[in-house]
Amino acid sequence: MKHVVIGAGPSGVVAAETLRKLDASASVTIVGDEPEAPYSRMALPYFLVKQIPEEGTHLRKGANHFAQQRIDIVQDRVTAVDRAAKSLTLASGGKMAYDKLLIATGSRPVAPPIPGMDLPGIFSCWTLADGRAIAQRAKPGAKVLLMGAGFIGCIILEALAQSGADLTVVEMEDRMVPRMMNDTAGNMIKAWCQSHGVHVHTSTRVTGIAKGSAHPFKVDLSTGQQLDADLIVSATGVRPNVEFLDGAGLEVQQGIFINRHMQTNDPDIYAAGDVAQGRDFSTGESSVQAIQPTATEHGQLAARNMAGHTGAVHRGSVNMNVLDTLGLISSSFGLWMGKPGGDSAELVNRERYRYLNLQFDGDTLVGATSLGMTQHVGVIRGLIQTRTRLGKWKDKLLEDPTRLMEAYLASTQAVGFNAALLK
Amino acid sequence: MLKALQLEPEKCTGCLQCEMACSYENEGVFNPSKSRIKVFNFHDEGRFAPYTCSQCSEAWCLHACPVEAIVINPMTGAKDVLEDVCVGCKVCTIACPFGTVNYNADSGKVIKCDLCGGDPACATACPTGAITYVDAEHTGLARMKAHASQTIPKN
Repeated sequence: MKHVVIGAGPSGVVAAETLRKLDASASVTIVGDEPEAPYSRMALPYFLVKQIPEEGTHLRKGANHFAQQRIDIVQDRVTAVDRAAKSLTLASGGKMAYDKLLIATGSRPVAPPIPGMDLPGIFSCWTLADGRAIAQRAKPGAKVLLMGAGFIGCIILEALAQSGADLTVVEMEDRMVPRMMNDTAGNMIKAWCQSHGVHVHTSTRVTGIAKGSAHPFKVDLSTGQQLDADLIVSATGVRPNVEFLDGAGLEVQQGIFINRHMQTNDPDIYAAGDVAQGRDFSTGESSVQAIQPTATEHGQLAARNMAGHTGAVHRGSVNMNVLDTLGLISSSFGLWMGKPGGDSAELVNRERYRYLNLQFDGDTLVGATSLGMTQHVGVIRGLIQTRTRLGKWKDKLLEDPTRLMEAYLASTQAVGFNAALLK
Repeated sequence: MLKALQLEPEKCTGCLQCEMACSYENEGVFNPSKSRIKVFNFHDEGRFAPYTCSQCSEAWCLHACPVEAIVINPMTGAKDVLEDVCVGCKVCTIACPFGTVNYNADSGKVIKCDLCGGDPACATACPTGAITYVDAEHTGLARMKAHASQTIPKN
């Protein structure tokens, strides 16, 4: 059996390792187009601020890890998939045959259609190469313009601010992290960033970038304002890497459409991670969740199905994120925006930048948003994904949403005086 | 023989000596807010429940880590955080469905129970036997396993 995985990110690597674990005799190959050992984009911001060396971003630390696992890593780019011949065309000119194929090619940043975006010196923060280039230019005092205050933008923001740059953020929505935070939380993050010396422009677009005289760039904003910049970092969104599948006949919507066995419409081709449009636990619908936990979950499940363990059915991944914006930690889970007709609980303390919002469907928790909470946040995922019936604890949470751990323990474990009898 | 922490809430009086012992053992300070084991207070019922990582076999935290900073300790079976590898991204803190991996802003890393390398200070400190470190085959583990299995089902 020859398994080929396209993509050397977390999803592809976890899939390859799982395939090896389940089938000692199979051939397992990862095709990745970047020159470095498989690394984690999640770790790039920490590399950017020199908290970790380049090796610190590597997904696996042992130098011989992949050789020991008998996983072949081929540095090349797949340019086409021939499903009839079960063969891949490689950019280097060769072909590669497969029996089962996993597409885990991830996503890539999209440049907004703005005049001047093609000028040299405008970077995304996506690859190790980008990270190196930004680290070199984000000197203390340098005027840095960050386009986009989404999840990725905010992760980079943290790194850029730490480097001592004079930082300006431009976001077209009316708050920061609009796809992860509601109006209250998104604007509290904005206020926090402003209080830490970052210039934040929301409901604002960059309308044009031109070469400057005193500084390399002159940037026009939709508000009519003009800014100087030494470095521009673009984080305005990502798009799945599916172009090489043109003409292959695989169903692609937002991403590659997969069933609950992580299979595409070709039973020998699977997809996982940022490129895949898989089941969302909360909505039951399929969507692209470009997050680390979903990527590894997809990778594991795809591998089990590829190895013939077809009982491995995807129950859906909970969309969730955690973010550190200059020391203010935020997280959101599931249906954080709420479910029509469901109750919600909210606790706001603007002075201390504390926020907790819980969303219910009947007496189960379906979503949450938090700011400034670092203890026991994971239990939110647990309560959502187990659909724990909270009973009377729902009312207690409506009164005091911070008692999540107590609600979880009381709803799932014997904690009473006679609990010993229940063992 | 693999051992596990057995938590028996019905024996807990809420004295918090486990939290003091844990924070002292691991952080060098008597500070319950830095403890990896927590006693949850059901004050209106006068009940207490100690709770910490059960070293679950699913190891959600370990699989979610993007930089392989959480590893299985071959001696204890615990899922240990390698502090020099952890970058502090906190993905494990949202991935753990039990809420037992927490971010420590002072160190910029995550912390979780590592069974103190095989001699858990909380169990030694507990005066009422609510926290014991026992043979993993002991009946108490069955309850923890039953509880673990009723949480997120394995795919």
